[in-house]
Amino acid sequence: MEYNFVFLILLLPALSFLVLGLAGMKMPHKVAGAIGTVVLGTIFCLSIYTAYEYFIGQGRGADGLYPHVTAFNLTWLKFSELLTFNLGFRLSPISVMMLVVITTVSLMVHIYSFGYMHGEKGFQRYYAYLSLFTMSMLGLVVATNIFQMYLFWELVGVSSYLLIGFYYPQGAAVAASKKAFIVTRFADLFFLIGILIYSFYVGTFNYDLHAMPTLHEQVAGAAVMLPVALFFMFIGGAGKSAMFPLHIWLPDAMEGPTPVSALIHAATMVVAGVFLVASLFPIFVEFAPEQLHWIAYIAAFTAFYAAAVACVQSDIKRVLAFSTISQIGFMLVALGVCLPDPHTGAVAMTEEYADVQGLGYMAGMFHLFTHAMFKACLFLGAGCIIHAVHSNEKEYMGGLRKYMPITHITFLISCLAIAGIPPFSGFFSKDEILVACYNFSPVMGAVMSGIAMMTAFYMFRLYYVIFWGKSYYETHINEGAHKPHEAPLTMTFPLIFLSIITITCGFLPFGELISANGIGFHTHINWTVAGTSVALAIIGIVAATLMYKNEETPVADKLAKTFPTLHRAAYKRFYMDEVWQYVTHRIIFRLISKPIAWFDRHVIDGTFDFLAWGSNEAGESIRPWQSGDVRHYAIWFLSGAVALTLVLLYML
Amino acid sequence: MQLKPLTKEYFLWFTLLSIGVYGFFISIDLFTMFMFYEVALIPMYLLIGVWGSGKKEYSAMKLTLMLMGGSALLIIGIIGIYFFSGGTTMNILELQALHNIPESVQKVLFPFVFIGFGVLGALFPFHTWSPDGHASAPTAVSMLHAGVLMKLGGYGCFRIAIVLLPEAAHQLSWIFIILTTISVVYGAFSACVQTDLKYINAYSSVSHCGLVLFALLMMTQTSCTGAVLQMLSHGLMTALFFALIGMIYGRTHTRDIRQLGGLMKIMPFLSVGYVIAGLANLGLPGFSGFVAEMTIFVGSFQNNDVFHRSATIIACTAIVITAVYILRVVGKILYGKVADPHFEELTDATWDERFAVGCLIFCVAGLGIAPLWASNIISDTLGPIIEHINNVTAIASL
Repeated sequence: MEYNFVFLILLLPALSFLVLGLAGMKMPHKVAGAIGTVVLGTIFCLSIYTAYEYFIGQGRGADGLYPHVTAFNLTWLKFSELLTFNLGFRLSPISVMMLVVITTVSLMVHIYSFGYMHGEKGFQRYYAYLSLFTMSMLGLVVATNIFQMYLFWELVGVSSYLLIGFYYPQGAAVAASKKAFIVTRFADLFFLIGILIYSFYVGTFNYDLHAMPTLHEQVAGAAVMLPVALFFMFIGGAGKSAMFPLHIWLPDAMEGPTPVSALIHAATMVVAGVFLVASLFPIFVEFAPEQLHWIAYIAAFTAFYAAAVACVQSDIKRVLAFSTISQIGFMLVALGVCLPDPHTGAVAMTEEYADVQGLGYMAGMFHLFTHAMFKACLFLGAGCIIHAVHSNEKEYMGGLRKYMPITHITFLISCLAIAGIPPFSGFFSKDEILVACYNFSPVMGAVMSGIAMMTAFYMFRLYYVIFWGKSYYETHINEGAHKPHEAPLTMTFPLIFLSIITITCGFLPFGELISANGIGFHTHINWTVAGTSVALAIIGIVAATLMYKNEETPVADKLAKTFPTLHRAAYKRFYMDEVWQYVTHRIIFRLISKPIAWFDRHVIDGTFDFLAWGSNEAGESIRPWQSGDVRHYAIWFLSGAVALTLVLLYML
Repeated sequence: MQLKPLTKEYFLWFTLLSIGVYGFFISIDLFTMFMFYEVALIPMYLLIGVWGSGKKEYSAMKLTLMLMGGSALLIIGIIGIYFFSGGTTMNILELQALHNIPESVQKVLFPFVFIGFGVLGALFPFHTWSPDGHASAPTAVSMLHAGVLMKLGGYGCFRIAIVLLPEAAHQLSWIFIILTTISVVYGAFSACVQTDLKYINAYSSVSHCGLVLFALLMMTQTSCTGAVLQMLSHGLMTALFFALIGMIYGRTHTRDIRQLGGLMKIMPFLSVGYVIAGLANLGLPGFSGFVAEMTIFVGSFQNNDVFHRSATIIACTAIVITAVYILRVVGKILYGKVADPHFEELTDATWDERFAVGCLIFCVAGLGIAPLWASNIISDTLGPIIEHINNVTAIASL
């Protein structure tokens, strides 16, 4: 199968960005939106077709693996004979999966935004940025080498910056966009250093170390530095994927329009770090298994931290943001608990490896897929709610199930999915992750099961607070509160579509398509683990029901009152923002930049000014000698002559 | 641009400045090179002193004196090269082929030549003319000066100091690598707290031009290619930046970022241009800065020792600090609320301004989207020169 058409997948959104960016302001809103959506629809169809051809049409090669196809690979920049910077299009099982995820969610967001952004100033600009983002994200996942990934990595960063700051007259949006860009840029610095180290020792930017037999010797010598390089690259990924302590930008990024949060900050861009680790997975397993486990520990801590914070936030988008951080933690834990084959010390090409040591890889990717769908659905649902009540804060909500039935049902489905209740998709992917964790160590498994219970709790807290309990509209009807209404069809259609995927996609035979070594295996449910996790999820849901379903929430209020410090600390996100604020403002601005600027103006500039002043003064002090008075000159002349004569006489 | 009277004289000096710059780059002779260098310096004094703004006399004097100081060092170096190579020729290519200056002499001459040109290339600690000079100069002069004139420094450092005195360059480069690394980081940090748009850009130039010299001193083919790309890219980007600052200043009559705000609503074209210039400056892919910086970092990292590596990693941190100061300015002056009600009446760019900005953006983006041709031309030209240097230093170190 020739994939000649795939260049269109990158080219069309790029063109749509240029057209909308250059001429968009002169277009009516509908035309601009239609251009963006039609382009997205086209590449959605192309991606589905590619996926179909890749997995079914072409199928596995003679070696039983899905081949890695490089559709094209152009030299973009040549550093030296060995190191070239290529731009290309590579199809591998995970990149094809990502193509489907990105285009699906992006298409839904394009359709949804017709309703959500209706009448907003800058509607065309919004669609232009969405096209730019989609193009960059697609370029990132199909990258043929790590440097191409870095290039598009930066581009998704900037599209995220532009979209978070979409409402630029508001100070909060500007500050949030700046923070997001700078924090991720800081992480990207490590990514870049990682790439530099990697490329030097390996002699290539490619992912496949063993595809270049001539480089083997160099690779062997690199065994010491490769773990460092790989871990640095992971730090880059941790910035984008909001791992602790680089997560601080993601909650603030919710200042952007809600569909953007659904697309960028829930489903696609934030999983770039997971995708990065997955792309480098064979190298990680072979050369840096220890670092892989560090990733698991960091991710597990992040998952716990974010889940704890999510339990007390009052802004519904922030709850979802922390829930995203926590779920990405799950994905990275899954990747991190993978082990090398005990015999070869690398990824083994057996079905058993795919099912046991490498199970986490498949589980992480599966969760990435299912999470993208239900979390996008949750965010878009939150968008409908915000649209209806004109606020993000939970006290303006409550009792909305009567007014917004479609949003209510789809939101409930997604909540059940994220909580891990069968038969929704989240159950299957989370179950695989927990099995992988228990394979690694019982402690890790137990911890992750506990976090899964917290997930169920905070999601249902959110659900009850929004859809049940006291209705703000009914209690404030005399004060002119607006009656909430269901969103238009452009907004509810994506919700329905995504929730249908959420219900069905758990039954996909994911292990047959994607696995750690490419060999298909039959996934089976481990009933002990599944039973426990469902039981825990139900406990979480029941606890949330008891605490938040009714109009009054005595238990929750009492808990908050009993542990005021803890509650407040969690509400303030354990003061991580304050810590960073301190580091950036106090240390970098006050202690580095200000003194340097002062030093420059006063010491360095002062030295040169002093030199100028010195020569001036020297000139001034010898100026009286040139008095213009002939008698003075005569005295100097005579005394000079005498002195010279004496010297000469003495010397002779 | 609004010029005071004496338009004719302004263009006279401006043309003379351009002559000097052109002459410098096409000289293959030490003497003519030096002469054109001087020709390019003198008009700066008048252009800033007469048509400038702010503390213009002070700045003009400072700039000229410091650069003249540099050229005093330079003339010693040039005469030294001439005499110690046998006193037969001043032709750079012949001198390069002759290559007969004793190593001990080279070590004396190298600092003279390198610092002499380094002053113009904003080498720390001889960069202080740059913030004042740029801030006081009229827009067009700032553009030409930061865009082209500062590249004379980098070009001279490479063409004369490194190529004609390769052994010394090899042995003494560590001192200057330290200085240029400081330039890169120090310039970026200083830019973070400035409040005048032109000062921010001047310090940003210190940082970026520091990177040019830094890359040249790394002396690998890739890093030198990156240095040339960076000269090209920085020239275009800074010209764009200074042009936009000039246009904004011409309307708002202030360059203080504390007094500006919300310009995106009032002058969308200029603001979008400013955002693009900012993103190009912080090295976003798709613009020339990314190509140049990545080539420099990859090239520098090819030096297989801890010192060069650490310096490279320290220089890399500038990409983060650059993002900080660029986004600070963009967030402050373009976004947010309109700072002054008078700004509401201001107009957006006129057609000639749009044309100039458009051309510069086109070049910056063109070089960033399809860099291969430019990079290949530069790399192929540098190939034999770098090979010559490497051969010479390899023999010397035996």
